[in-house]
Amino acid sequence: MEFEIPRIPLAEWCDIALDWATEHFSGVTRAMSAVIGTAIETTTDFLVGLPPWLVILACGLLVWRLTTWRIALGTVLGFAFLWNLELWRATLQSLVLVLVSTAFALAIGIPIGIAAALSRRFWRIVGPGLDMMQTMPSFVYLIPAIPFFGLGAVSACFATIVFAMPPTIRLTALGILQTPPELVEAADAFGSSRWQKLFKIQLPLAIPTIMAGVNQTIMLALSMVVIAAMIGAGGLGGEVWRAIQRLEAGQGFQAGIAIVVLAVILDRITQHIAHHMRRDRQQG
Amino acid sequence: MSEKKPRIRVRGLTKIFGDEQHAALPLLQAGKNRDEVQKATGAVIGLQDVSFDVAEGEILVVMGLSGSGKSTCLRCINRLIEPTAGSVHIDDTDVTALGERDLMELRRTRFGMVFQQFALFPHRTILRNVEYGLEVQGVPQAARRDKAMAAIETVGLKGWDQHFPSQLSGGMQQRAGLARALALDPDVLLMDEAFSALDPLIRRDMQQELVALQKRLKKTIVFVSHDLDEAIALGGRIVLMKDGRVVQQGTAADFLANPADEYVRRFVEHIDVLGVVTAGDAMRPPMAVRPWQSSAAEALEILTQSGEPVMTVVCELGRFQGTVDADTLRRAGATELRLLLSDRDASVPRGATLNEAVARLASGRGEIAVTGPDGALLGVIANADLIAALARRRVETAH
Repeated sequence: MEFEIPRIPLAEWCDIALDWATEHFSGVTRAMSAVIGTAIETTTDFLVGLPPWLVILACGLLVWRLTTWRIALGTVLGFAFLWNLELWRATLQSLVLVLVSTAFALAIGIPIGIAAALSRRFWRIVGPGLDMMQTMPSFVYLIPAIPFFGLGAVSACFATIVFAMPPTIRLTALGILQTPPELVEAADAFGSSRWQKLFKIQLPLAIPTIMAGVNQTIMLALSMVVIAAMIGAGGLGGEVWRAIQRLEAGQGFQAGIAIVVLAVILDRITQHIAHHMRRDRQQG
Repeated sequence: MSEKKPRIRVRGLTKIFGDEQHAALPLLQAGKNRDEVQKATGAVIGLQDVSFDVAEGEILVVMGLSGSGKSTCLRCINRLIEPTAGSVHIDDTDVTALGERDLMELRRTRFGMVFQQFALFPHRTILRNVEYGLEVQGVPQAARRDKAMAAIETVGLKGWDQHFPSQLSGGMQQRAGLARALALDPDVLLMDEAFSALDPLIRRDMQQELVALQKRLKKTIVFVSHDLDEAIALGGRIVLMKDGRVVQQGTAADFLANPADEYVRRFVEHIDVLGVVTAGDAMRPPMAVRPWQSSAAEALEILTQSGEPVMTVVCELGRFQGTVDADTLRRAGATELRLLLSDRDASVPRGATLNEAVARLASGRGEIAVTGPDGALLGVIANADLIAALARRRVETAH
């Protein structure tokens, strides 16, 4: 005896949902894509147009102001190395993509994190969504990104935002929820409104935790930007992708090491800022 | 008698924790006890029918061991914990009936709160901590800065305003906590075990300073404490709680003299009697007292018969003037007593503790006078009376 159990047409359902969404929203998203794409390209072109040594020095100075001279020196040396490898243009493409995606991820993620911390019900909705965003293989986001945003940088940006945002949301919510209860009570006892409590007590105290989330978001963004090369995002990921297609191991490793260097630089800078904020709070 | 209207009136305050509080309340009101209600509904009784008044300008100590409900009780006054039943009035405002907005306003203007673990905001300087209440009220920066600086000076932290809480010792942090509450110039200070986390010596200093501050600023203070010595040092009335109920209220001396039950008796067992019992409690009528125009010879006869160590001398109005000892009387013959007086300051007011009486006795000639507010002689305490008073307490408490 055999029962025919019909297969659940999950793939078809997803297609139907996506087709419907594409039909109704792609006009808007394509327009957005045009604007953001132009912005990304213009920025990248502008930076590429400048003499590399000038950009490197400017970055070094900025990092020095934000952190320490050691990290600034590391940044300058790291960038000089990438320039030397003739990966300067690809590095800038990746960097711009990472920074733009991160900016969007923070702009969307931090408010969601705050809302999740303030409303238990909202957290119950957001929580599983975050789990799904993080466990879904990142490649999958690339497929629907194309009909909405077309091939290129903006699709890569979209997929990166979706993939890199969860840590910011989670750690923002966590940071706020971890405010010591006696401080919340003190704020209440002095008659603080909900918003006063949030902006004067909870958020400032959560900043080190939020910065840890920002650090993770940047790292995830970098890893996704590499994968996004598959849909034409270019950058250092594009170098890796080309090396794979041509089976050029040396070229592949060279681009891979370049990504590691970029990752280390970004990580050191954000770690230092996060750490510094935590120490600030304890010592003044 | 001019009875002042109480600043805070707490009536029938009941707090039941847990989701079952509305099922539990009728049971409790029907006279079931705490354990029965908990067994039947799973709800935990935090407070049960607590009532007391706090007069304007009084320090009321709510005392009890941990789990007695004293902190819950304090938090029900400004509704950091929402009471299940009962009412709290501050002057004519029914705190328990206020909406969210009015409650916020009330907390901003009428209450200052000080916490056991200080609860200073670690990311703000001392100044910005002390300003907090004013900032929340929307007071402009210059005005709130002035008020905050004044409060910082009041608690003796001048010069520390730009430091962060973690740079200060525990005692200093709690001074900052007190300044934060005082900066608002509230009518009522709620203090939750405010000095319990401090070292004993610093704790004692802070208690004394609070009493001094209170005399000057005339705040109404509700002070939660588990420490009987602290309650005595603060010198006010005490509400003693156990298992969420009030066991007895009154002064420490009342507890000692008339304990409501065995629990109160045991609670005050190790009390420092000298610090609680007043001279008025320990005095007895003088056996040898003469007006100052009497002659020495007459006084000597009375003194010898009485067995008192010295002759106590009063003026026409019955005010204490000093003492004369037997040797002086013997040598003086017919001289008036007023010319022989010594130890003019061998007296204590009726409300003074035995500690003060002991100090006077030690520097005098074996007997001191106890006087009323206008200096009138009320009674005397001799060395033997003091020892008897102490022995009596011991016998009572040792039972």
